[in-house]
Amino acid sequence: MTTADVVVDATGFDLDAARRRCAQFRRRILEISQTVPALHIGGAFSSTEIVDLCFHGLMRHDDTGESPDTFLMSKGHGCMIMYAVLEARGTLPREELERFCTSEGILGIHPDYGVPGVEASTGALGHGLSMSLGMAYANRSSGVDGNVYCVVSDGELQEGSTWEAILMAASLDVSNLVLFVDNNDFQSLGRTSITHPAFYPVGEKLSAFGWETVEIDGHDSAGMFAAVQNRKGDKPFAVVAKTIKGKGVSYMEDQAIWHYRAPNEEEYAQALRELAEVEK
Amino acid sequence: MRNAFSEALYESATANPDIYVIVADISPAGSMMKFQEEYPERFINVGVAEQVMTGMAAGLALKGKQPFTYTIATFTLYRPFEMVRDDLCYQNMPVTIVGMGAGVVYSGLGGTHQTLEDVAVASAVPNMRVIAPCDPEELRDAVAYCATQRDGPVYLRIGKAGEPVFSDNAEEPWEFGKLRYLKRGEDVCVLTYGPITKRAFELAERLETEHGQSVSVVSAHTIKPLDDTGVREALHRHKQVVVLEEHVPHGGLSSRVKEIAWDSKALCGLHSFTLGDRFRHFYGTYDELLDENGLSVERMFAIMSAELA
Repeated sequence: MTTADVVVDATGFDLDAARRRCAQFRRRILEISQTVPALHIGGAFSSTEIVDLCFHGLMRHDDTGESPDTFLMSKGHGCMIMYAVLEARGTLPREELERFCTSEGILGIHPDYGVPGVEASTGALGHGLSMSLGMAYANRSSGVDGNVYCVVSDGELQEGSTWEAILMAASLDVSNLVLFVDNNDFQSLGRTSITHPAFYPVGEKLSAFGWETVEIDGHDSAGMFAAVQNRKGDKPFAVVAKTIKGKGVSYMEDQAIWHYRAPNEEEYAQALRELAEVEK
Repeated sequence: MRNAFSEALYESATANPDIYVIVADISPAGSMMKFQEEYPERFINVGVAEQVMTGMAAGLALKGKQPFTYTIATFTLYRPFEMVRDDLCYQNMPVTIVGMGAGVVYSGLGGTHQTLEDVAVASAVPNMRVIAPCDPEELRDAVAYCATQRDGPVYLRIGKAGEPVFSDNAEEPWEFGKLRYLKRGEDVCVLTYGPITKRAFELAERLETEHGQSVSVVSAHTIKPLDDTGVREALHRHKQVVVLEEHVPHGGLSSRVKEIAWDSKALCGLHSFTLGDRFRHFYGTYDELLDENGLSVERMFAIMSAELA
């Protein structure tokens, strides 16, 4: 399935609200970047719409905020967006984000199991999908109606372990597993399409491994929502989300340096101005 | 031991619906077939894919299950080591990693299929416990323990097939974390674990019959956490202590016993018989490989005879 095949029926999904939330999350991450520099901003921003969609469009929550569904950020280095979402939902207290990466806090640059809202320790690449598969399988074999949403980086698709999980998920027909590939085409040493051209096409590889697959704009929340909602549902489902590293702040977009850097005062002010425009 | 493992696991799984078994294209026969037929949803064969085997086990455990991973020891521990460390140990998941045919049991298959250093590797990781039963009966007790404990990961190091029973006359029942006297003596104490316990008994018998020694044979089935108090007692109650293990000299039982001996100012003689710190390209039988590694009863007896002279 390609973008052209997706029937966009995003009934019940408030795209304007998603746009405003995502701008707020990006602003919050930038705010924290002014005290702690090593945030992996670029990768957090490429995942922003995906993570927001999981928590605010796909996962079911009861009145107390509990969900039968599970979210797992396999690309642990992008966890700032998960922290921002968990803070907005009240799962993580504001003071914990203020103490990010300090000796008094519980939040580090990679997520740790045991932190409220964090379902698994990730950061070492290529671990999250196998754990997600185990979680989804546990739900299914116990008769629990619970979906598992897992976000991997495109670099994680270079890990053999990820392909072991992809192969096994399809062999087991684990259809309550939804994978988002944050396909921003960047990794530490350059653009993946240049350094590893055989990496592409991604969607076709996943399809060949037995997954129902869609390739779609990873910043189009409504389109991704519709794609997931309209899936056939008899196989594990993969969204190859075509994203832009550093999305949302013009000078960060597609610039590898924002994997590591934090904005200076002037850059910070400009970023806030740009996000304010989106929030209007 | 494979059959004892299957039977014990089947019994535990019948009582506990949270027990899952994930194998990597290697499965113990017998009762495991029964497990697979009766609980197909709880038996997963991932194929030759040990990383997903271990990661899936973590995911199952994160959802409250009690998984066992199972294949030949080198593939259950070494191949997916980062998953063992991060997914199981760092997150402290109650998953049992079963290493079958550990040590040099797979003598003819060569070094790629042997685990000379698995106790050291597994013991080095925080939160990991290491259990190596001496015989199929201890293995049954160990499986029952692993099937119910919720404290964290266990590396369960087992043999393969045909191991005799040594624990029939043990003084005390099997207990996690406690040395177990399979036979109690006064003069010499042999501390060991796993299938090589057979040679510990053979050595003990010769020391008794030919030197009139009274010999204890102790199963140190829980290597981590090692029974510190029990080892101290063994060091102080015997004139000679021997550690016999199917493992390289460093990072296993003999290293730990030497540490405790130093810390507790033990005055006994202390001798360790281990595999050498080397790979051997040797394709004989298991017994021949042990002999080749300096673990023949004859050699150990000769060294101990000189000590006792």
